[in-house]
Amino acid sequence: MSASFDQSYVAPRRPRRIFTAFASRPGVVLSSLFLLFVATATFWPQLVTTDNPLLADPIKSQLPPSPDHWFGTDHLGRDVFSRVVYGARYSVLIGVSAIAIAALVGSFLGLVAGLARGIIDEFISRFLDVVSSFPDLLLALVLISFTGPGTVNLILALGVASVPRFARVVRAQTFVIAKSGYVEQAKTFGLARHTLIIRHILPHAIAQVPILATIGLGSTIIQAAGLSFLGMGPQPPIPEWGAMLAEARNYLRVAWWIGVWPGVAITLTVIAISILGKRWQLAFEGRRQA
Amino acid sequence: MTADNVTTLGHAPVASYRRRHFFARGGLPLQVLGRIGSGMLVLWAAVTLSFISVQLAPGDIVSLLIGEQIRTPEVEAAIRAEWGLDQSLFEQYVAYLARLLHGDFGRSYILQTDISALVSSQMLPTLKLTVAALAVAIVYAVASAVLTAGKRIPRSIAGGLELTLISTPTFWLGILLLYVFSFTLKIFPVSGDRNLSALVLPALSLGLSLGAVLGQVLREGLERALEEPFALTVRSWGASDFVLRLRHGLRHAALPAVTLAGWLVGNLLSGAVITEAVFGRPGLGRITVDAVLSHDMPVVLAVAILSALIYVAMSTMVDILYLLLDPRLRSDAGRAKT
Amino acid sequence: MTALIEVRNLKIGFPRGAAENTVVHGIDLTIHRGETVAIVGESGSGKSVTARSMIGLCGNTASVCADTFEVAGKDVRAYRETDWRRLRGQEIGFVLQDALVSLDPLRRVAQQLSDAAGRRKLFARTQPDFDSHGLLQSVGIPDPERRLRQYPHQLSGGLRQRALIATAIARNPSLLIADEPTTALDATVQKQILDLLAERRKAGHTLLLISHDLAVVSRLADRVLVMNGGQIVEEGKTADLLRNPRHPYTRQLLDAVPSAGSKGFRLSASAASPGYDQAVPVPASAARLPLPAKTVHSGNHVLSVRNLVKYYGGSDTPVVNDVSFDLSAGEALGIVGESGSGKTTVAKIVLGLVEPEEGAVFIDGQLWSNVSDDVRRPRRSIMQLIAQDAFSSFDPRYTVEKIVGESLEITGLYGAERRERVLEVLEAVRLGGDFLQRYPRELSGGQRQRVAIARAFAPRPRLLVADEPVSALDVSVQAQVLDLLAELQAASGTSLLFISHDLGVVHHLTDRVVVMKDGRVVESGDVAQVFSAPRHGYTRTLLEAIPSLA
Repeated sequence: MSASFDQSYVAPRRPRRIFTAFASRPGVVLSSLFLLFVATATFWPQLVTTDNPLLADPIKSQLPPSPDHWFGTDHLGRDVFSRVVYGARYSVLIGVSAIAIAALVGSFLGLVAGLARGIIDEFISRFLDVVSSFPDLLLALVLISFTGPGTVNLILALGVASVPRFARVVRAQTFVIAKSGYVEQAKTFGLARHTLIIRHILPHAIAQVPILATIGLGSTIIQAAGLSFLGMGPQPPIPEWGAMLAEARNYLRVAWWIGVWPGVAITLTVIAISILGKRWQLAFEGRRQA
Repeated sequence: MTADNVTTLGHAPVASYRRRHFFARGGLPLQVLGRIGSGMLVLWAAVTLSFISVQLAPGDIVSLLIGEQIRTPEVEAAIRAEWGLDQSLFEQYVAYLARLLHGDFGRSYILQTDISALVSSQMLPTLKLTVAALAVAIVYAVASAVLTAGKRIPRSIAGGLELTLISTPTFWLGILLLYVFSFTLKIFPVSGDRNLSALVLPALSLGLSLGAVLGQVLREGLERALEEPFALTVRSWGASDFVLRLRHGLRHAALPAVTLAGWLVGNLLSGAVITEAVFGRPGLGRITVDAVLSHDMPVVLAVAILSALIYVAMSTMVDILYLLLDPRLRSDAGRAKT
Repeated sequence: MTALIEVRNLKIGFPRGAAENTVVHGIDLTIHRGETVAIVGESGSGKSVTARSMIGLCGNTASVCADTFEVAGKDVRAYRETDWRRLRGQEIGFVLQDALVSLDPLRRVAQQLSDAAGRRKLFARTQPDFDSHGLLQSVGIPDPERRLRQYPHQLSGGLRQRALIATAIARNPSLLIADEPTTALDATVQKQILDLLAERRKAGHTLLLISHDLAVVSRLADRVLVMNGGQIVEEGKTADLLRNPRHPYTRQLLDAVPSAGSKGFRLSASAASPGYDQAVPVPASAARLPLPAKTVHSGNHVLSVRNLVKYYGGSDTPVVNDVSFDLSAGEALGIVGESGSGKTTVAKIVLGLVEPEEGAVFIDGQLWSNVSDDVRRPRRSIMQLIAQDAFSSFDPRYTVEKIVGESLEITGLYGAERRERVLEVLEAVRLGGDFLQRYPRELSGGQRQRVAIARAFAPRPRLLVADEPVSALDVSVQAQVLDLLAELQAASGTSLLFISHDLGVVHHLTDRVVVMKDGRVVESGDVAQVFSAPRHGYTRTLLEAIPSLA
């Protein structure tokens, strides 16, 4: 008869859950590999393709995919594969920069609001309400109409539009933690307020930000491509994925491949990022629970 | 050990310390009024923000509003008169608010038209598109959630489909649909807004990815509801799984989905801009893109304020809907004791 | 008497990874018509899943097999979902704990009653002859007209539980299964529900009661089955089993129940004996081991509370209303009350986490309430808190060493000295050095509560505030924690302010008691005196509501 209640349950010490969770999932492994490839394309496109993405060759225009041109060529005879590879630099980096700006500014605003409370919180919260009362993409459009199209302006516009998302989560999290059992307990130890904040509130309040950023990165990349598609981002002949699709729309009847590969690149990148983000979130939540 | 009874029984109440929270105790109508009030406040702030941004924008206001139009003394005089640029800032602001309240969004100097007329003429196609897309999204989401929640293989198939749909840019989905159904199969027209069949592809490309997000949330909510103790109770009454899902589960699942409504409206409006561009449809999105590219600030501002109005109105309605869906949130005075 | 339920060699398992985790290991069970049978066990004993197997609701992944499994004479071993559905509600009704979540919170009582009464098709109408009024009245709900229109959250806990029972008996099933039907309820409400079930029993209905609480069971059951680790370890007539437990586990369960009789004695096997934590040799009730004696310096008040008044959230009725008491050095004072009595608010005011609107708290004669944080902070180490939910009182990023060590921060103990003290208190709660590097999520419920106790004693406080420290624990773990608390309190001479809803625990552990109701102190005094000769009506009601063994 096993009647021990108390020490019968002994969990494995310091389980390496993140590692096992990642390794046991094929989707996670494939996504990681694909993103590794995208990262290579972003930083060293020369390693992936030797073709020049900007080199036009009228003789070779609108060739279907072949061993010479894996993804075919576009209406100006440029190699679509090399354009997609070089496009990673723009499409991915625009998304990453925008989300980084949003995460930094948003976390800061959220923390200030959550910790200061009172009138400062009220002011920041109302401001966030107003900013988010404009739909993301439209807000970005309005900002661009002030600044004009371009890569940097696109990053700034998208970054500003995503600030409220981060600020809200961090603020709410700060509130929850400030009310939690362990902060209350820590108060009874006589810790000073700043010790309490730095030691117990801050790490938990921002713990989720990188995960949120990863999950939000996918939709930001899509939005960036959408705005570029509308002509608000990098201007031709820069091989940004969204801008490439805008050009391709006119040649769809005769050359489908121009309009397929950049879209595949966006979709696969976003799927891979989402899978990793979801996995990370699950692992994180698993570690929080009893 | 002492047994001193420190407290004597039956003391009179010591204090008459009173504080009242008017809103929390006011019942349903007051809560609704409160939400509407705060919605109006946000809207006012949004309008003010747009006014400030015009004032703070680099360069002078006339050249900002005039866009890429040639600057003639006549046009400049018209702008000065319309915006009251000779008056004080405060008077300008009041006049601006008054104009907007009368539904007057000013004039586009590039298109040479009244913006209110322009917007109202372009409203209908956009409305058709967004409503159709919303219908696609809701039908997909409910069907996918109810049919696959809690079932291992169907849910992983639906989950994979949804992940793909969410990760697919709407404009690319639109391009693919165009290629397959319009160019290759020639089932639907390529562009325009002449009949209902022209609406099918745009509505699908806009609605499906939103439906996928909604479906995920709905399924998660349904699964959580099915794991609640009350689900066990309902099944112990002999109810079938289907009845449990539709009669009890769906309403619980709708609660988290309803909070997404603000996001949904925003994405419908944003998505309409892109979808209209892909399919060459007329509509508000089309004029917005044209306005941004040609620096037609008055039109951009008008569309921004209009979309904020729609967004705030919808969010407020949803907040109220939430109160109706979840009786626990209604702070009605009739809470019983014993 | 004919058998309504006949089960032989029932085994229930759930898949865990590739293997199967068996939770019920071949039990036999017979329930006769008109009989009230109870299954008693602690969490993880398999009692709930056994009950659920009788209506086919163990979950899709469960594998249930038995040599015999008959319900009302029908073999249900090959039943499919549709067969079970005919049985549920019709033949067997089922009641869970806590109707707040066990009834659909978004549907009105009337809708749920007619759902339960057989409106099983999605768009079916309520049967015209269905008498929801009569049903509510039959479970003792007054004013049914009004209650039918309400939502579960608008009903009080007692009415809610009655409504849940009403749904279960809507089609007059021959067997009612009640799984912990009173666990989340206050003692007085619990008594009402038990009375209701007793009435049904008297009317000749069959009842299967699942509970962790022997005392609750003893009031109702004809026969008791004690379950542990998926097996029935002992079975017998209720009175026989309580008076004459044969199995050591049953005896241990009985001994673990704190009561007036256990005062001054250990509830669990002694720490010195090899049985601690293995629970094999158990002291017979006659030979309980005594707890160490403590010294109370009466008159030397560590804590004095004077005329506290506190309002919350704009309400104009105070949650704490004119509360005063003193606590002497080395003494244990219990605050007893039901939910909403204001006892936890008093604890928070004493801890200086909440400021009272009126009145004052004195520590060692010095003002403690409504002073600035700078004045209070250096004196903080005088008092420590043991919270109800130990897990949420730990920063999940911290190891046990850091968790316990943090309470030593203001005592100025650092480095090796701090580590030494942490080890010392961990050993005092019998956890030892192995636990230093563990995270809270890697500990069991009892271990967590012991870490919380270790942390509380670490800075050698003069006053310990314990807010429901054992209410989330199984009874035998509760026994160990209570023994530990009593032992450490006696050894250190710390004063203890012990907040609880459980009169048995308070009687067992404390020297004096304060009874609270609706924010007021209704009675206070020596614990034996208050509990043996209560002067206030409410105290009497509370005492009568405690289900007692025998």
